[in-house]
Amino acid sequence: MTDANLTLHDFTALLASFEAEAAPAMTGAASADALDAVRATYLGRAHGWLKDLSAKLGQLEKADRGAAGKAFNEVRLRVEAALEARRTELSPRREAGTLADPSMPARRSWVGAVHPVSQVLDEMIEIFRELGFTIALGPEVETPWYNFGALNFPPDHPAMDLHDTLYISDDAVLRTHTSPVQVRTLQAWAPPIRVLIPGNVHRRDPFDASHAPTFAQVEGLVVDEGITFADLKATLTHFAKRFFGATKTRFRPSYFPFTEPSAEMDVLCGVCDGSGCGVCKQSGWIEILGSGLVHPSVLESAGVDSEKYTGWAFGMGPGRTAMARHGIPDIRILYDSDVRFLSQFAR
Amino acid sequence: MNISHEWLKAFVPHALDAAAVRELLTAHVATVEGFEAVGAELESFVVARVVESEKIPDTRLSFNKVDDGSGELIEVVCGAPNVTVGAKYPFARSGTTMPGGLLIEKRKIRGFVSNGMLCSPSELGLGDDHDGILELTTDAATGTRLLDVLDLSDARLVVDVLPNRPDLLSHQGFAYELTALTGVAKQMPPELADLPATPKPAEGESEAAGRGVSVRLESTADCPHYCAIVIRGVTVGPSPDWLKRRIESVGARSINNVVDATNYILHGFGQPVHAFDLAKIGGSSIVVRRARSGETLTTLDGTARVLSNDVLVIADAERPTALAGIMGGQASEVTEGTTDILLEVATFSPKQVRAGRRHLGIATDASYRFERGINDKSVPRVAPIAAGLIAMVAGGTIEEAVNVGVEPPAHDPISLRPERVSRLLGDEVSADETARLLTSIGFAVHKSGDAFQVTAPSWRHDVTLDVDLIEEVARLRGYDRLPDVITGSRPSSVPDHPMHVVGRRVRDALVAHGLFEVRPLPFTASTDAAAALVRVRNPLGDDEPFLRDSILTTLAGRAEYNLSRMQGDVRMFEIGTAFVAEANGALSEEIRVGALVMGARRPRHFTEPDPPAFDAWDAKELAELVVRTAWPGARAELSAELSAEARAGETGALWSLSVEGTVRGHVREITLDAPVWAAPAFGVELTLGKMPAAAVAARGAHDYSRASDAAPRPQPVRYARLAVTPAAVFDLALIVPDAVSAAQVEQTIRGSAGELLEAVLLFDEFRGDGIPAGTRSLAWRLTFRHPDRTLRDKEIDGRRSQLLKTLDKEIGVRARTA
Repeated sequence: MTDANLTLHDFTALLASFEAEAAPAMTGAASADALDAVRATYLGRAHGWLKDLSAKLGQLEKADRGAAGKAFNEVRLRVEAALEARRTELSPRREAGTLADPSMPARRSWVGAVHPVSQVLDEMIEIFRELGFTIALGPEVETPWYNFGALNFPPDHPAMDLHDTLYISDDAVLRTHTSPVQVRTLQAWAPPIRVLIPGNVHRRDPFDASHAPTFAQVEGLVVDEGITFADLKATLTHFAKRFFGATKTRFRPSYFPFTEPSAEMDVLCGVCDGSGCGVCKQSGWIEILGSGLVHPSVLESAGVDSEKYTGWAFGMGPGRTAMARHGIPDIRILYDSDVRFLSQFAR
Repeated sequence: MNISHEWLKAFVPHALDAAAVRELLTAHVATVEGFEAVGAELESFVVARVVESEKIPDTRLSFNKVDDGSGELIEVVCGAPNVTVGAKYPFARSGTTMPGGLLIEKRKIRGFVSNGMLCSPSELGLGDDHDGILELTTDAATGTRLLDVLDLSDARLVVDVLPNRPDLLSHQGFAYELTALTGVAKQMPPELADLPATPKPAEGESEAAGRGVSVRLESTADCPHYCAIVIRGVTVGPSPDWLKRRIESVGARSINNVVDATNYILHGFGQPVHAFDLAKIGGSSIVVRRARSGETLTTLDGTARVLSNDVLVIADAERPTALAGIMGGQASEVTEGTTDILLEVATFSPKQVRAGRRHLGIATDASYRFERGINDKSVPRVAPIAAGLIAMVAGGTIEEAVNVGVEPPAHDPISLRPERVSRLLGDEVSADETARLLTSIGFAVHKSGDAFQVTAPSWRHDVTLDVDLIEEVARLRGYDRLPDVITGSRPSSVPDHPMHVVGRRVRDALVAHGLFEVRPLPFTASTDAAAALVRVRNPLGDDEPFLRDSILTTLAGRAEYNLSRMQGDVRMFEIGTAFVAEANGALSEEIRVGALVMGARRPRHFTEPDPPAFDAWDAKELAELVVRTAWPGARAELSAELSAEARAGETGALWSLSVEGTVRGHVREITLDAPVWAAPAFGVELTLGKMPAAAVAARGAHDYSRASDAAPRPQPVRYARLAVTPAAVFDLALIVPDAVSAAQVEQTIRGSAGELLEAVLLFDEFRGDGIPAGTRSLAWRLTFRHPDRTLRDKEIDGRRSQLLKTLDKEIGVRARTA
């Protein structure tokens, strides 16, 4: 049906009556739902009035079609604009207030947070990553051999008293430190080894303000040819400067069955600058980590030639660091998982 | 270990002050953790003079006016008989706390105001004298600090002595170190000059008898050396002031002259000694033997103890009189009536003392030292000092000594190549320096070829290897002298553990999604008798003796904790270990992520004052988020058919969750002990991987050394050309039988709509009016686009009817009419 049986005049009249009816209907719609119904009637893609009108374009003389099409589009745009204007008026945003007061609060999404202990761990890991360390992990339930024997703990010795152990059975303990992963790593991989070992460890400690039966530890292990105590000292001093902004560190003799020589590292108390205060218990120093050259018997336990290879290791507790950094007075707060606490650490 | 600065100076007459000693010991020997001025509790006491004094009628009291240097006279009521006008006394002003804890306050006594206290020696903790106030013979002005007047200046160093250095559990031990560090020679403390001598002992290897007493050792393995010394005619009474002060300077309590003397030997020389009342020792005989099962002994602390064969005892002819190396017996205790003493100076096997101590559950200063190992050769040296000290302070005569035992085995020499010292420390240490430092703390160093043969002194049981010697050299030189240079390193051969990589990714995704990471305790109570949880054999308490096998169990507890604190909007997750008991009894550790959401889905806002609460679809979103983060490109599928794990334990499981066909977790509504106002809680738990627990077999055979076990990495994104042509969109409202899942419909749509289909969105679900029972209406919006041209309406209509035909034919889904 391409015969011209509709004049341009008729078509324009049809357009005018369409607009005269559609525009007030849009403006008068009382609700968003009513507006949708009006839209379907006049602008609906499938059965709307405008669709019928567009079909009639084909019935015009070819010469008239350009002008008719132009008029058609102008009407369509005006009606659609009326629709949009009404839609905006009906939207809840518009009802709730004007935008003239930008001090009204922004719409916000929930903000999550990494646990403060994990944040400390992340930062520690970041610094050691720059020094070429990779991450090793291990199980939390260990054999006594991995937890003690391979780490040169003398059997039935007071050194064991430092690790009050939770037992699953005679053959299984909850690891009391991350050090068993040193042995596992040395068994699985050949030097050069530079790994950081984060993880939870467990001790038979009462859950009180300063103790928890489960806590995070992070351990470092370096094994290669020609590794020295000076490497240990220099690397850990670098770490202390980066992490704590420490101006000064010191190494003190200490004892761990799995390192020899052993040392603990302190950083100068940042609160009092070494003159002694409550934070450093009047000592001027804050204890940070234990460290030492890997004991030859640990290397040999893991099948590493202790004549050819030497190494060093250290361990520290990110939980205590997090408490000190954020002024958290009771370790149990870290475990309670109170959302009011956790939300303070959103970044 | 408490070390008195003054006592240490008696051993090594150095000129350093206590703070310098503290620095030196911490840097080279053992950490000095605490530093207390002895007499610190007397800090606020002052010297005061009595200006006026009058008796209060019908009482023992006097009313005094006292000049405390403040410029005003203070009114004080005093009960002491020796108040003398013009004399000076220690004075506690109102507001002072006494050493016993009493707070001095303004009071009214018999109508008289008392605004402070004049003090007796016992009230100051300076002895037992409470018969009168302490008259001070001093020229010091009133108001002067009492500590400046009394000769109490000492400092107590609290040293953290670690288990490898029992030789540091005495002043003598630190004296060796201080001599090495300062070069000042060690000496016998001056207070021990001119001690009465001990006669030459009767000797034997396992038994010997003197004139009055005999000693027999059942096993020289349990007791390598025992020396008994008889002192007759002692007078038990208060110690002389110098001895009292020594004992109190390390924080112990002065008891009587004999006990104080034994404690002097313990703290001074690290040798525990024990004094028996000889009259109470049956048959005057000492037998060192294992207790017989069922034997009993009442120890000094008044506790009756049942002994076993694990316990080494000192017995007389009939029964145990003391726990060897642990504690004496009450029956043979030295009392005021004691006149004759049997002094025991002995070494006991560390293992045996530890076994007995553990069996009986007591620890003492003596057992602490024996367990760690005392100087093997100390008995013959210390015994005459101990006996002489008792005779000096308590009187009496040292009558005889019986000395039984075997010569302790000499320490094996250790071979040390001097260049290894430099090689391990990373600093040039000359052979001479090494030899000099080791010699300075009692090691014998002999050159033999290129190496040293080094023998540790008898008090150093901890040094057995060359690295032990290197530690001695390093600490004596000072760790701080080592260079501070980071040397180049080869890259680590160990790849990152996949669980760390994946865990970190998942953690960051969940935090970005608005959840809080938590790190709670992994212990749990058993909520279900059938649950096969792993039990801790020696839990600290009985409330949570199990290891959890589910992260959501822990999170549920934490959610309840928050509800109890009126926090109803909870979004939290943990990436941690679940301890799963396998059917075969083995334990497997799974690294899992658990996430829990409860309460408002969005923060409240004035445009939306009451946002909707989280529901199961939010949990599904979390599940999908975790899956696509952990396994990029993998599809998460949820099924209402629950896995056994999801069904076990708590109720509320909704769907099981599989990744590429493998069930890895589940989504559940979490049942909480919740107040009425709480919104429902939903959770997802998903296993990221297992932690291999078995011993590692061989190098390179580690679980994650294989490529397939490495952390999954996302495929690189392929760029898709951005469309410039308009899209054609239409909606399909369908009637879907309940047996057909939305995913099936969508799959069918995608399968038959052709390649021009760009997007499919399920935007509505409706049940009820006009929808036949057993079906629901689901509506999809389909977007089509041709890359090069505009799609014609006809083409779209054709696809629509084609699609509807296929849906009907393949899964019985039809268009919704009207």
